[in-house]
Amino acid sequence: MASVSVPAERPGGLLRRPHATTGFWAWFTTVDHKKIGILYGITAFAFFLIGGTEALLIRVQLARPDQTFLDAAVYNELFTMHGITMVFLVVMPLSAAFFNYLLPLMIGARDVVFPRLNAFSYWAFLFAGLFIYSSWFLGGAPNGGWFGYAPNSVIDPTRGMTFYAIGLLIAGIASTVSAVNLAVTVLNMRAPGMTLFRMPVFVWMGLVVQLLLAFSLPVITIGLVELLFDRLFGTHFFDVSAGGSPVLWQHLFWLFGHPEVYILVLPAMGIVSEILPVFARKPLFGYQFVVFSGIAIGFIGFGVWAHHMFAVGLGPVANTAFAVSTMIIAIPTGVKIFNWLGTLWNGDIRFTTPMLFSIGFIAMFVIGGLSGVMHAVVPSDYQQTDTYFIVAHFHYVLFGGAIFGLFGGMYYWWPKVFGRMLSETAGKLNFWLMLIGFNMTFGPMHILGLQGMPRRIQSYPESLGLAFWNMVSTIGSFVIAISVLVFLVNAVASFRKPKQMEADPWDARTLEWATSSPPPEYNFEEIPVVHSRDDLWHRKYAETEGGRVVPVAAGGSGEGTYPDGAGHAAQDGAGHAGGHAIHMPSPSYFPVIAAAGLPVLGYGLLFGVPAVAVGLVITLAGFFGWALEPSAE
Amino acid sequence: MATLEHSAAAPVTDHAATSTGLPHLKLAMWLFLASDCLLFGALISTYVLYRGASTVGPYPADVFDIPYTSVSSFVLLASSLTMVLALAAIQRGDVGRSRVWLLATALLGMTFLGGQVYEFTSFVREGLTLKTNVFGTSFYVLTGFHGTHVAVGVLMLLTVFTLSFAGKINQDSSMTVELVGLYWHFVDIVWIVIFTVVYLIPTGSPAGG
Amino acid sequence: MAETRVDDPGPRSAPAPHAGRHPGPKEYIRIAIILGAITAAEVAVYYIEGAREFLIPILFFFSFVKFALVVLWFMHLRFDSRTYARFFVMGLAGAVTLFLIVLLTFQVFSS
Repeated sequence: MASVSVPAERPGGLLRRPHATTGFWAWFTTVDHKKIGILYGITAFAFFLIGGTEALLIRVQLARPDQTFLDAAVYNELFTMHGITMVFLVVMPLSAAFFNYLLPLMIGARDVVFPRLNAFSYWAFLFAGLFIYSSWFLGGAPNGGWFGYAPNSVIDPTRGMTFYAIGLLIAGIASTVSAVNLAVTVLNMRAPGMTLFRMPVFVWMGLVVQLLLAFSLPVITIGLVELLFDRLFGTHFFDVSAGGSPVLWQHLFWLFGHPEVYILVLPAMGIVSEILPVFARKPLFGYQFVVFSGIAIGFIGFGVWAHHMFAVGLGPVANTAFAVSTMIIAIPTGVKIFNWLGTLWNGDIRFTTPMLFSIGFIAMFVIGGLSGVMHAVVPSDYQQTDTYFIVAHFHYVLFGGAIFGLFGGMYYWWPKVFGRMLSETAGKLNFWLMLIGFNMTFGPMHILGLQGMPRRIQSYPESLGLAFWNMVSTIGSFVIAISVLVFLVNAVASFRKPKQMEADPWDARTLEWATSSPPPEYNFEEIPVVHSRDDLWHRKYAETEGGRVVPVAAGGSGEGTYPDGAGHAAQDGAGHAGGHAIHMPSPSYFPVIAAAGLPVLGYGLLFGVPAVAVGLVITLAGFFGWALEPSAE
Repeated sequence: MATLEHSAAAPVTDHAATSTGLPHLKLAMWLFLASDCLLFGALISTYVLYRGASTVGPYPADVFDIPYTSVSSFVLLASSLTMVLALAAIQRGDVGRSRVWLLATALLGMTFLGGQVYEFTSFVREGLTLKTNVFGTSFYVLTGFHGTHVAVGVLMLLTVFTLSFAGKINQDSSMTVELVGLYWHFVDIVWIVIFTVVYLIPTGSPAGG
Repeated sequence: MAETRVDDPGPRSAPAPHAGRHPGPKEYIRIAIILGAITAAEVAVYYIEGAREFLIPILFFFSFVKFALVVLWFMHLRFDSRTYARFFVMGLAGAVTLFLIVLLTFQVFSS
């Protein structure tokens, strides 16, 4: 790997600049976007296993009527934590993993704009997740649903919802600064020649998602602060007897919560938009339409939030307005679907695991989208809301959609990140088991919902006739569990293989495949100069008059396609660009330190003011040290 | 052999080449300020929602001292002037003058904060706390958030002021002052909105007119 | 930058020095005086009994002008790249629109 320059002795310096490039300390103090991406990925996957276990426990409890395997109190904690985990600790950070690792590579940059801020975001996220989970041992986990509706979330006497508010505030800080970081990276760090409309769709979706985060997170920040104040300091934000309104909470939550679901799914849509063209050997059909639809979804996504509140009593005018805006958002979504289908049409298709997951995404997301449009019809929603019909809808779009897309991404980029391929055989088994298990689990929930099974109930009586499909659903959930195990085995086994992977094993189209697998610390020997969309593809192939794709004479796959062979000297240590050493930003302790103060502050709010002061001091010390330290030495 | 900074995160200068031609930190600051609009939007609309909703007093008309608060407003506006003069000075290369204006801005900011603290304590003495009613709840949290933003700004100003003695602030690094300035002016414009919406626009008390 | 460039790279460029006019201290002081005057007017209007009916639109107008003066001149948006303004307006317009809708659903503006 490239050497990082040895730190100079800093007179009067408190902490010597870390300089490890391998081992624990390297990971602990890294500011390299690739390492940070891997950290996000591993942490998110660990939370995926935990959140999945929570789901299995729920399904065991609901397998049969009138079960007492879990009492109501624990049940409430489980479905709440399952939701919080999957939304905030799995899908968001898994998407962040991909954005962190790939955005700089795809735009031909060496790192993000603010590498230490990037590290800070990761550590703050990790500490937020650990903080929330510590609640299990410190008085009870959050139990008011992931959406924490007031006044229940205010008056619940256990500590859980306080952990919820503080934990999500910390996670929100992590995501907000990351949003600014990645947005400025995409806008400012593109390689020469890479105009906005030559960027990969995944990068575009990245930009839209960062803007969604930047504009939606502040709203829930205030909601959570108001919740926290009501719980800790006796304020009256949601206190009806004092003139407050619990509906205010719902507005604040969903003003964030709805853009949040697009934050959850747009990255996966971006991934699918990258995978389909590669394995259909065709450019993405209607690139501009896909991009503009993504932007439209982001924008309109801010205008539909009250469709989560149809049954609250906002009145017919508000309900109608939001029903219409919700139906409108189906249009750009549909445009994307048709463009993906257009990409597949007449393509030279390779049914690799990433391709299977992407096709699975399209099919499952369409189903989820259809049930979504059904909810948009207000009178229909009166029947569906708070039933399992809704649970079916959002799992189809978030699991069948986002998770499938993210799994496809893992299979696709695994060779780039880890220098080994995941097994295709195991991958296909993983996919089919997951597809079958997923549909077995959530398909029946449409029926259960329409038969009247409410959400968030710990058990149901025999007489309601819900037993059969609940059992099917539970069995399905264990099939999902097996499919995840297959993935884990696949993943672990891949590390037994030797780390020797070509730069471009899939014969792909975007710049990350122009450098070695894995890339050197500095990403590219020379920053590439971009002449078109899918620049790598056009360096490798040209089109004949008859429209046939033929390899370019001087090209080959991957290495050798850019001047001075991006990826050539990757193994020889120090990177050299045209005879000059490449200086990368140096590792740092301060991001971890600054992040570490936040949970301390949180525990202080829960258990005693002194910790608040300690936490503040730690965080401020971290920020000051960071501000005064040069980014590279 | 000359070593060249190819680092993606070279020490911040106005001269780093970027795809938009705009400096990283300035773009980031504007994006951050844009997102901060939503933060204060949520707080202000909470206040507006609960205007007139308190079931018990004290009510705004009982505690507000408009002349007093308008002095606070003048102080904060003046601090925006001193801030922009500090920036103009450093862009001319006049570190000494800039230092004076930076200190002035910080002092005016601290005066504002002192005024807030005095105002809050006198309201508390008159019986208005966070817990008294929704007016107290929404008022203190809104102005408290604003005050915290001011305090962070003062901290940044004093830091930059101190760094200027170590030679870290000069014409080439005027961006630092510019960034602090942008943040500071934002805090000022939020106050412009708060002063009007909270203080000047009257809230009738439910019992009275 | 010493990267190898095959042709004109296009969008990448060093930031331009402040394009266009650059206000000087005198202009800033003038604006500050205007801001002070408007604030005084706001307070005066508050006390004038006859203005009660138009109080709210007048106050909104005044604060809008102050807001604009600080943003456009002190924050230099008038003289800087459109990009900054676009992002700021996104946030500002977003906040105003979304929260106006929220308040409307609570019928805050009806009597």
